[in-house]
Amino acid sequence: MLQYFQPDKDLGTPTSSAADAQNKTVGLTIDGVLTHVAVGTSVMRAAAQAGIKIPKLCATDSLAAFGSCRICLVEIEGQKGYPAACTTPVQANMVVTTQSDRIASLRRNIMELTISDHPLDCLTCATNGNCELQDTAGEVGLREVRYGFDGANHLQAAKDQSNPYFTFDPAKCIVCSRCVRACDEIQGTFALSIESRGFEAKVSAGQNQSFADSDCVSCGACVAACPTATLTENTIIKSGQAEHSVITTCAYCGVGCAFKAEMRGNTVVKMTPWKDGKANQGHACVKGRFAFGYVTHQDRITTPMIRDNIDQPWQPVSWEQAFSFAAQRLRDIQARHGKNSIGGISSSRCTNEEVWLVQKMIRAGFGNNNIDTCARVCHSPTGYGLKATLGESAGTQAFASVDHTDLIMLMGANPTDAHPVFGSRLKKRLREGAKLIVVDPRKIALVDAPHVKAAFHLQLRPGTNVAFINAMAHVIVSENIANESFIQDRCDTTAYQQWHEFIIDSKHSPETTEDITGIPAQQLRAAARLFASSGNSAIYYGLGVTEHSQGSTTVMGIANLAMLTGNIGREGVGVNPLRGQNNVQGSCDMGSFPHELPGYRSVTDASNRAIFEQDWGVSLDPEPGLRIPNMFDAAIDGSFKGLYCQGEDIAQSDPNTQHVEAALLSLECLIVQDIFLNETAKYAHIFLPGSSFLEKDGTFTNAERRVSRVRQAMPPKAGLADWQTTLGLAKALGVDMHYDHPSEIMAEIARLTPTFAGFSYARLDELGSIQWPCNEAAPMGTATLHIDTFVRGKGLFAVTEFTPTTERANRKYPLLLTTGRILSQYNVGSQTRRTKNNQWHEEDRLEMHPSDAEQRGINHGDWVGISSRAGNTVLHVKLTHNVQPGVVYTTFHHPLSGANVVTTDNSDWATNCPEYKVTAVEISKVLSPSKWQQRQQSFNNKQQSLLDQKDKTIASNSHEQ
Amino acid sequence: MLDIFVPADTTACALGADAVAAAVITEANIRKVEINLIRNGSRGLFWLEPLVEITTEQGRIGFGPVTVEHIPQLINHIFEPDITDNTALCLGLIDQIPSLKNQQRVNFARAGIIDPLSLKDYLAHGGYLGLQQALTMTAESMVDQVIASGLRGRGGAAFPTGIKWRTVLETPAEQKYIVCNADEGDSGTFADRLLMEADPFQLIEGMTIAALAVGASQGYIYLRAEYPKAHRVLQQAIDLAYSNSYLGKNIAASEHQFDLQIRLGAGAYICGEETALLESLEGKRGQVRAKPPLPAISGLFGKPTMINNVLTLATVASIFARGADWYKTFGCNRSVGTLAIQLAGNIAQGGLIELAFGANLRDILVDFGGGTATGKPIHAVQVGGPLGAYLAASEWDIKLDYETFNDANAMLGHGGIVVFDDSVDMLQQARFAMEFCALESCGKCTPCRIGSTRGIEVIDKIQQGEQPKQNLILLEELCDTMQYGSLCAMGGLTPMPVRSAIKHLKKR
Repeated sequence: MLQYFQPDKDLGTPTSSAADAQNKTVGLTIDGVLTHVAVGTSVMRAAAQAGIKIPKLCATDSLAAFGSCRICLVEIEGQKGYPAACTTPVQANMVVTTQSDRIASLRRNIMELTISDHPLDCLTCATNGNCELQDTAGEVGLREVRYGFDGANHLQAAKDQSNPYFTFDPAKCIVCSRCVRACDEIQGTFALSIESRGFEAKVSAGQNQSFADSDCVSCGACVAACPTATLTENTIIKSGQAEHSVITTCAYCGVGCAFKAEMRGNTVVKMTPWKDGKANQGHACVKGRFAFGYVTHQDRITTPMIRDNIDQPWQPVSWEQAFSFAAQRLRDIQARHGKNSIGGISSSRCTNEEVWLVQKMIRAGFGNNNIDTCARVCHSPTGYGLKATLGESAGTQAFASVDHTDLIMLMGANPTDAHPVFGSRLKKRLREGAKLIVVDPRKIALVDAPHVKAAFHLQLRPGTNVAFINAMAHVIVSENIANESFIQDRCDTTAYQQWHEFIIDSKHSPETTEDITGIPAQQLRAAARLFASSGNSAIYYGLGVTEHSQGSTTVMGIANLAMLTGNIGREGVGVNPLRGQNNVQGSCDMGSFPHELPGYRSVTDASNRAIFEQDWGVSLDPEPGLRIPNMFDAAIDGSFKGLYCQGEDIAQSDPNTQHVEAALLSLECLIVQDIFLNETAKYAHIFLPGSSFLEKDGTFTNAERRVSRVRQAMPPKAGLADWQTTLGLAKALGVDMHYDHPSEIMAEIARLTPTFAGFSYARLDELGSIQWPCNEAAPMGTATLHIDTFVRGKGLFAVTEFTPTTERANRKYPLLLTTGRILSQYNVGSQTRRTKNNQWHEEDRLEMHPSDAEQRGINHGDWVGISSRAGNTVLHVKLTHNVQPGVVYTTFHHPLSGANVVTTDNSDWATNCPEYKVTAVEISKVLSPSKWQQRQQSFNNKQQSLLDQKDKTIASNSHEQ
Repeated sequence: MLDIFVPADTTACALGADAVAAAVITEANIRKVEINLIRNGSRGLFWLEPLVEITTEQGRIGFGPVTVEHIPQLINHIFEPDITDNTALCLGLIDQIPSLKNQQRVNFARAGIIDPLSLKDYLAHGGYLGLQQALTMTAESMVDQVIASGLRGRGGAAFPTGIKWRTVLETPAEQKYIVCNADEGDSGTFADRLLMEADPFQLIEGMTIAALAVGASQGYIYLRAEYPKAHRVLQQAIDLAYSNSYLGKNIAASEHQFDLQIRLGAGAYICGEETALLESLEGKRGQVRAKPPLPAISGLFGKPTMINNVLTLATVASIFARGADWYKTFGCNRSVGTLAIQLAGNIAQGGLIELAFGANLRDILVDFGGGTATGKPIHAVQVGGPLGAYLAASEWDIKLDYETFNDANAMLGHGGIVVFDDSVDMLQQARFAMEFCALESCGKCTPCRIGSTRGIEVIDKIQQGEQPKQNLILLEELCDTMQYGSLCAMGGLTPMPVRSAIKHLKKR
């Protein structure tokens, strides 16, 4: 969908919010044209829909009508004066005139006033050619400013350049309030306001602070909303306006925002969230909108490299050399250690098509099922728990569902940081009156945000999720407020009876669990009643649910709760995992599991294998392969020797870093495919340079099962897109795979995966994006799962016995460490650390309650050592009341922070998802970095010098030529 | 025991009433005279303030204007009141003063007579009869009663009150609000303040009736912070109403609940505009909202809201006490009832004059006002606040009613009249109108925000003789742009004083 750049069409005001807008239309005449629009539509939008453009400045269809610029005045028969088209709703038989001499002169005179306080520097202005003010001045025919320019003005107002991505130039501001309204209505941060009144009125960030010092989260909604050059991206100021654009999908979190990559040649000048993007509706966050600079960062590696061992300098080679070197090593290992001695890890950052190829190459080429993906360490319990209870391993709703939710229970998720665009949508619904229950050990932002306040913050102790979720169910069952008819109609009643006997036991009562969870019984009872009685109650959860020794149990408990209250199978309700990475859903769907073929079909089932064997012309190993932690153990054990790792930084992201390092050091052949020399690549023998999302075609699947196209905006920096690289390796291994374009891979996916049967690139282009399942039964895709019946038939209540984790506070390690993410950085940070996002988060800090700190003589900003039974590391401490006493918290965005040196190899009983969220630790004041950090620093220095020597090799090679 | 009245009203106090009251008490102590000093509200005859009144068998005798210096020689007259007293300051029976006798007092019938904080006084003077009547009626019939009375909003826009009430009544909602606009910001106006200080229960009663009629359980009085005395009086009156079951649960032994609170403004004129007021009441910046939606449908916190001026709500108490038919006997054209005329500026006898609509402006200026304070001829009067038109001598034979003023490109507004003598510079007055708008504009819409500042600049150019012809044309176009382009009446009406001032200038 390459297109010449043009601004998105703007109908001026949003769709009608009238209750009966769906089914009631109103007929009116605009400039002699009879038109019918939904009741409650503005005159401006009605005109725009009829192809009549009314000039405007303060109106835009992403914001509620405001009526301040007064440019859109029209005449309406029977009405006095000149109503503003944006704020006037249509009425039956209205007769509107949008053009007359009188209106023209009024508009021109109003524009004259606007321009009387605006610099006339259009030719040198950054938004020249893409400025609504300029366009509108042209439309109304402004030819002179009779007031002159000697009067009062704001032309000398100083610029605010405190934000790294955009500049605020108040000299160009027309005080239309679009930025303020965007911050309020779209983002929900309320960081901007208009200060002073009359002619002195001006846009103010915070309390007349700079943007950087205010509450601004740099989402950029204000920049997008600005109709002038007042708020402009620094990239545009530097490079000029785009000349073409490509619609694609963001490669950060699992929200899957659609973007218009605005380009000059092969350079991205701006990422504009696409208005028609179903997941984001034109909104974005600081990462997706601004943090794309990593794509062209100098650290990008663009030549394949090899070395015999990790103490050698990297040797740049051709793609063919790299492939044959890798293939030879892998085959050699297999010859010596058996076919199961090698495996691969697919990437949740890569496209569905690329993941498909990786698992295909491993199954068809390696001849085993040693394929896993990073979902192992995040949402594998979601797949397991939801498949067991509901029958499908994915979230049940579309994001839009939340617009119909009356009560949101948010458990172990922090959407305003980790899924910001969905977080904004959630906040909007909360401002409309939906209630919120937050279940989290930490006081996340949503507990008490501007115009948002949680009805309950159930501040449980880390590791007690199952006790909590059981207590919720116990209250609902014992107080007889369950939805019995739903259970009778939709669920397996035998299983329900068994579960009922289990849950009714008083050991699950909140009075009993209070000692375990720390949640006061009365609070929990009230929350349970609220959940059961609010109409549409929906559960949204994140890694705070899954990354536990009982992650799968909690997921099943969540499904139980939804079924128990009949909150599943329609809009506004459901079980909603907020998945972490851009394509973690897709990487799971595409069969990146050692026990499951694509579409979650068991590899031990011969009929499942037969489908693929027939199509691929190979026979498949019936034995499930190794999971990532098994691979590590096997490597240390000596039975696993070769690993192909695509786009995942296991050395930083997986728990118990020292164990991972030992495993990596044991490998004879580590092939890393990534855009940077990440932490894992420092242990690699073969480095295959990856391509960023802007450099290739494919699809991503977001947290709502929405498959969206990723479209190539620039050629791959290293010459090959990731799918081509995997193909090259497969070819060198002698695997028979050939595709000329990712669309051909999608055709194969559709051919072999029933839930994807209706997918093709043509269909995706046609519909924009599609939520799977999409097949004959659901040609338009499926927004809500389990509508009339569960995918598994009857919903299954699973017995969810609480078993405390072995990782508990004791005398040696009296505090519980839990980890999480922050808005500005993304996961291991390899992308965001190479952008100006570092301004907000230059290091990971340990958050600690002041009372815990006081007991240990620790002050804000001190260096503290964090030690667990797995290891220890050192961070600066930040004292905050956002964590409860007894709990400490940190992020893991910087490799040298060593958060995962501390986390243990405890994991979920069903899926081996690591227990990142609970580690017993002790904290003490220290003066220097930990031993591991010091060792890691010198290792990094060495690896960097081995990389630098590569450049010398290139230089000497070219010298020889 | 002698009942002595010394007003505690803001104007009276500004003229020394507190000192007078203290002196009277001191003298009483010295002379061992038993007195009962009552701090009443003002009767609105400001040129007589501080006006000291003493109850006699024949009626109340007044002395005024009394200053503390007068007390030593006056005190015997005060302590021994005599209807035939002809001392300089003795006004005789106060009811018989023509300025008072010739008024038609409905809203201000009790003003200056009763102790504002005596519920007993209020009840003794016909208070809460309206509420009693209302409690016997259905909500629909109450709204019908207000519609039948022909009452129109006294804040200035003169919108039919009953129609507003009906809209609120017919908009379903779990929560509805009554909001009293007591942000009396027009220059030269003080009727709301006078009423709140002199007869606060009347407003509380009116709001209670309004709440019953539209189904609201919560009321707010948005009071300008510049009225600290009114705030104190109102708050004490509200407390008394609560403790006597006229507010809160089970009002006057009924099933109804109505809670009432005062909210103070923060000094912005624009917050007298109803939608800006609602924004401010919600804790936001006082910025005008576009209409629709009307506040009656989506007002305070998005709920149906009955927002009325102080006088409008106070009038309701009288209408329910004495009936719509009685009320309709006052007034002319579609301007029913009485108008609280506030005479201010350069005037000999400033104060409040309540008359049925239809009085002659010249009579007000001459008979009630007694000409200018400076003794010079009256040159112009501005009627209806800072956004009202300037009227020249030739225009004074005009009936004070909404329709007549409308036809004359002027407006009655909230009933304020500011008088200027012949030293006034009308171009400066035109400039002042723009300046006022520039100072008080909320800054939301372009014509008001930028237009008012440009207006000042254009007038300055005219004054400096810079292309006066072109600039007069530009000024007229600017007035047109502001009138037809502005979001609310602030920018929309600013051209009225500008144009009328320029018109007089041109005539000269």
